[in-house]
Amino acid sequence: MLKRVHFKSSYLPYLLVAPQMAITLVFFFWPATQALYQSLLLQDAFGLKTEFVWFDNFKELFDDAYYLDAFGRTAVFSSLVASISIGLALFFAGMTDRVLRGAMAYQTLLIWPYAVAPAIAGALWVFMFDPTLGILTYMLQGFGVDWNYKLNGGQAMFLVMAASIWKQISYNFLFFLAAMQAIPRSLIEAAAIDGAGPGRRFLTIILPLISPTTFFLIVVNIVYAFFDTFGIVDAMTQGGPAKATEILIYKVYNDGFIGLDLGSSAAQSVILMFIVIVLTVIQFRYIERKVEYT
Amino acid sequence: MIENRPVTTVIAHCVLIVGIAVLALPIWITFVAATHDAVRITQVPLPLLPGNQFFQNLAAAWGQGIEGAGGQPVGNMLLNSLAMALMIAVGKIVISLPSAFAIVYFKFPFRMGFFWMIFITLMLPVEVRIVPTFQVVADLHMLNNYWGLSVPLIASATATLMFRQTFLTIPDELLEAARIDGAGPMRFFWDILIPMSRTNIAALFVILFIYGWNQYLWPLLITTDRSMYTVVMGIKQMLEAAEQAPEWNLIMMTTLLAMLPPILVIITMQKMFVKGLTETEK
Amino acid sequence: MLKKTLLCAAVTAGMSMSIAQAATEIQWWHAMGGANGERVNKIAADFNATQSDYKVVPVYKGNYTETMTAAIAAFRANKQPHIVQVFEVGTATMMAAKGAVYPVEDVMADAGQPFDKSGFLPAVISYYQTPQGKLLSMPFNSSTPVLWYNKDAFAKAGIKSPPVTWPEVKTDAQKIVKAGYKCGFSFGWQSWVQIENFSAWHNLPIGTKENGFAGLDTKFTFNNKYVIRHIANLAAWQKGHLFVYGGRRGDSLPKFTNGECGMWLNSSAYYGAITKQAKFKFGQAMLPYYPDIIKSPQNSIIGGATLWVLKGHPKGDYIGVAKFLNYLSSPKVQAWWHQQTGYVPITTAAYKLSQKQGFYKSNPGTDTAIKQLSLNTPTANSRGLRFGNFVQIRDIINEELEAIWAGKKTATQGLNTAVKRGDKLLRKFEKANR
Repeated sequence: MLKRVHFKSSYLPYLLVAPQMAITLVFFFWPATQALYQSLLLQDAFGLKTEFVWFDNFKELFDDAYYLDAFGRTAVFSSLVASISIGLALFFAGMTDRVLRGAMAYQTLLIWPYAVAPAIAGALWVFMFDPTLGILTYMLQGFGVDWNYKLNGGQAMFLVMAASIWKQISYNFLFFLAAMQAIPRSLIEAAAIDGAGPGRRFLTIILPLISPTTFFLIVVNIVYAFFDTFGIVDAMTQGGPAKATEILIYKVYNDGFIGLDLGSSAAQSVILMFIVIVLTVIQFRYIERKVEYT
Repeated sequence: MIENRPVTTVIAHCVLIVGIAVLALPIWITFVAATHDAVRITQVPLPLLPGNQFFQNLAAAWGQGIEGAGGQPVGNMLLNSLAMALMIAVGKIVISLPSAFAIVYFKFPFRMGFFWMIFITLMLPVEVRIVPTFQVVADLHMLNNYWGLSVPLIASATATLMFRQTFLTIPDELLEAARIDGAGPMRFFWDILIPMSRTNIAALFVILFIYGWNQYLWPLLITTDRSMYTVVMGIKQMLEAAEQAPEWNLIMMTTLLAMLPPILVIITMQKMFVKGLTETEK
Repeated sequence: MLKKTLLCAAVTAGMSMSIAQAATEIQWWHAMGGANGERVNKIAADFNATQSDYKVVPVYKGNYTETMTAAIAAFRANKQPHIVQVFEVGTATMMAAKGAVYPVEDVMADAGQPFDKSGFLPAVISYYQTPQGKLLSMPFNSSTPVLWYNKDAFAKAGIKSPPVTWPEVKTDAQKIVKAGYKCGFSFGWQSWVQIENFSAWHNLPIGTKENGFAGLDTKFTFNNKYVIRHIANLAAWQKGHLFVYGGRRGDSLPKFTNGECGMWLNSSAYYGAITKQAKFKFGQAMLPYYPDIIKSPQNSIIGGATLWVLKGHPKGDYIGVAKFLNYLSSPKVQAWWHQQTGYVPITTAAYKLSQKQGFYKSNPGTDTAIKQLSLNTPTANSRGLRFGNFVQIRDIINEELEAIWAGKKTATQGLNTAVKRGDKLLRKFEKANR
């Protein structure tokens, strides 16, 4: 998307994108291309013996029924994580924007979970929900729930999703609140004078005005759910029990970083990238049309 | 106050308090665990109220907990984390502002090509391409220094995408007015765009600072010099003690310590939010 | 100005001279967090104090998998450490990398360091030898699974001595549950304890080609009737909570230390953790067996990690490496390490020294592991195992066992699938390392 009114300049825009392009080329495209080339190779861990195998790594994946199962699981996981964390954050941001007294305190407390490193957040959740030690397990058992996420796949999935959402709400909240606070008060006051109640004002004024932020967050959250959640899975369930929480990115991480099967891991990232690129193009093509830029 | 509806305000407060109670529960439990001794924290049922070991744990975490395991003073690790987080946050903002500006406000060949090239970096996180990235960084002799810790993580699109979204909301009239005043692109960039994006820069700074602060795998892989260790690595080291029982009280205490700098950043940046708010009200 | 330049030059020259005279640095990457990390630092510092030519620098590189990946990534970029600690399941991967690994026995010979292999415990080093008997890596922290039991629970349930056979485990578990405990027994590292060690203990192979020692074209055989029957028993014993599953790694430790389960099968190296946390008397006993499979048990196999030497450094460095490894395996250091950590001593001399120091008398039960390891001379089935891609294969075994515990698959289905999926990864490893 380009501004209706824009500059025409021969060299300035290139100069402006140059620093970012330079870093992206050296630290992203160069290694990423190597990673992608790897998807066509069969190699031992140390890289001492290399064989070019064309698309064998891909074939192997699509012959694997377990791999195909992971697609459905990832779709459910990602859409729920993205939508719930955006929805709750929007709700909290709307409320915080409304109240004047204590807004600062609420804001600080709501962003607090984000300050916990993902590597540690997983451990924290394990600590709370450990089948024996967990304080929340203790409460759940008080309600008669037989809680053992080490054995019960549904419970494990619930736990991984809850932790992933918990990590992301603060992020979304911060951006929603920044967007809402940038809306001129005069607009909202004018609507109030016209007799629009808080709910109406939220739907007709605030929501459209923050739609660029919402769009940004949808893109970022889908990418988050697809790519950044493996740390939580690794710390909590390692994909288990019996593959119940094995989402695509965890398998990429597990096969590549832990199993050192770089070829298969690279092939999986190619597939995953392809899915997310398609999703993103769809978002830019269709959803962005509904976004109201001025 | 726009109008006075005490009931809805009370409801809003209630909802927020409940939300915070749920969201902050894990933090509360971290705090509680940090105030008990090592044995109490392995006996069911675990406490929900703080114990009296806070200062002992603080001393232990500060003294032996991390220092002993990594051989590094906590202060040094916090300093490394701080340097890394600041470089990532500032670096990303500094390179993405101009590139988003170019992509939104200029018409030039390959504009969309550049945009998608930047955008695609979201699709392959560092951890997944870690072996080849390590090779590049090693070839450039960037192991064991702050550049190697931060620059490879700057290559990411979130900030550019965010500024693109912000710039698109800025009314075209402003640009027209600036042109009438005879302002060139860079004047417009400095005098109008950046001040108008202030709340978003602040929000982004918070997010990026925390992102940098919380990195684990990348610093672990590229540092072999113990004086370059970060605080998250210190905590993980206590957590990963093979075939030993993790000492939750010390781990939680260190986690609390490691959370303080990001929280301070959030509180500082909030002042910027309020400033941005009052300025739009003018 | 000139003066300044001269001064500068002098200082620089002085500095570079002092660097030239400084000790050669030897990088040692390890995965020991927590208190054991401090002990690793102490070993290195003590060695450095004994001489001035070499300086061993221990570097913590995350958990076992992170350390191994870090070393491999570093090797690919030519920045590898001299010594890296690798866990036992990574053995086949390291061993296959002939161009990267410098066998410990060669390091010692090339450096002219005295090295007596016969002093090592056979069950410990057999895991890391070539079929011809060459030692590839230096055992460092080794342990073996044992049966931990709650003496108070046993007294309450009226059990006099710890169970010796699996049928006894069952009846004892019933008594424990009857006495008011939540569960009879639990275990961790299930592939290691219930499949790998179960097979070695009963002298059964888990794969062809001497458990992979004799060639890459090996296949799994742990879907034999004995293992299937055992796993089916365990699954059935979940009824009435005789057995309760508590996670893949050591996650179920709190079940034992909180007095939920009366017995726990896991590594002997948990001694320190249990001593700290358990508020009851506890003991260690040897692993149970089935008398109808074997008259008396064979020997158990080890877990833990060894130190691998990587190629690619100046020749002189490896003399320092050899000296350090020699120091590390000396009886004094080994006995100290063993008594501090609960890992088994790797040499008979260190074991005898610990005996002499009265360690086992004041800490009864701590020699269970070593007795169990050296119960008999290791056979082809109980020497260890060497399968490629074994990190992922253990995940597969975990997944299938979890499906069995959850009642989604029978023991036969689960183990057959595990073997089928495992064999696929073995073939892939064979292809990549041909």
